[in-house]
Amino acid sequence: VSRPGPTPSQTIGPFFRFGLEWMAGRDLVPDRHPGRTVIRGRVLDGDDVPVPDAVVELWQAMCPEAPPGWTGFGRSLTDDQGCYQFTTAKPVAPGDGQAPHLQLSVFARGLLQRLVTRIYFADEFTANASDPLLRRLPAHRRDTLVASGAGGMLSFDIHLQGPDETVFLAC
Amino acid sequence: VTQVAGNPSLTVDPPYDVPEYGSTAKRAPHQPLVLVPEELMDPLGPLFGESPIRASDADLTRQHPGEPLGERINISGRLLAPDGDPIAGQLIEIWQCNAAGRYAHERDRHPAPLDPNFTGAGRCLTGPDGSYRFVTIRPGAYPWANHPNAWRPAHVHFSVFGRNFSERLITQMYFPFDPLLPYDPIFNSVRDQAARRRLVSSFDWDSTEEGWALGYRFDIAVAGRLATPQQGSP
Repeated sequence: VSRPGPTPSQTIGPFFRFGLEWMAGRDLVPDRHPGRTVIRGRVLDGDDVPVPDAVVELWQAMCPEAPPGWTGFGRSLTDDQGCYQFTTAKPVAPGDGQAPHLQLSVFARGLLQRLVTRIYFADEFTANASDPLLRRLPAHRRDTLVASGAGGMLSFDIHLQGPDETVFLAC
Repeated sequence: VTQVAGNPSLTVDPPYDVPEYGSTAKRAPHQPLVLVPEELMDPLGPLFGESPIRASDADLTRQHPGEPLGERINISGRLLAPDGDPIAGQLIEIWQCNAAGRYAHERDRHPAPLDPNFTGAGRCLTGPDGSYRFVTIRPGAYPWANHPNAWRPAHVHFSVFGRNFSERLITQMYFPFDPLLPYDPIFNSVRDQAARRRLVSSFDWDSTEEGWALGYRFDIAVAGRLATPQQGSP
């Protein structure tokens, strides 16, 4: 088999809704799932203007008591206020010293390739303090990866640019 | 901290900040990406084998009572891993404008007609050899507001899932010999010429159907984990 050259990324563009919405809005866990958590946030540009044409995809390790058919995948198209939302449950810790976390991809008009980030949980204070990825980050940027809130309602804004720019990852 | 300046794959993917493409100005991050060490990567991605995908979802010309306007084409190819192995059973989604260059999207204000017989969205799962095939119509070119007299070359958007999180890819497929390609800042945001050419499908005589459809071939190879990261300073 010959080794193909990789296909480059291109922007998702502004007009994707009719193509990608069919798989969006699915909750990863049902209503009464133990540890059910709603994660909600905005995608904001460098002027703090909401980005209404972004797709945020969630990819996470299995949560405890994962429901049948679990894929660990969710997709949310931002609304006019730039908001996305997922309903899920905290994954089990990976067991390699990393704190429990969610992985996000962000696609939008103006992004020629996706942006990747992670959501960590504020109530995992001890695990976060020893997480090998968080420990690599300067203290003032670490907090951009930790969701705020409690009681099953978390908030995680994604700042594409600016003084509060979210830490984005290369993977 | 090991950081990558701007571009994680360094050779094929476009940078985030491309001045010729105006929408990057307020959306491109300014901080360097932080490299996730390989041992901290989550290994597996989702499999969509149980998704409610029907064979008819891959035929964009059969989603309405009538035939869409335009030139009927087959688009086929294979989804491949970086080592050339086929990626089987994974999801490919496509979307595009109609033959007149108009998207079935409420925010598209291009004064070209909508086609009541064409939505422009399709999806399929790759076969055991990584192969896929769509039937659609050739999309039109359309104007956009990026710069004076700006036109996008005809293209089909592709969203593919590889074997893991690293291999997730969204891209665009172009058509051979399109005279608009040299003028398009999105196509030309891929700085490497050989990589840029891989975004252009090839006319494929073997997938034409006599009396029915022309054929184009577009193989997609996901890049996955970057091979040679640049080491930056903390």
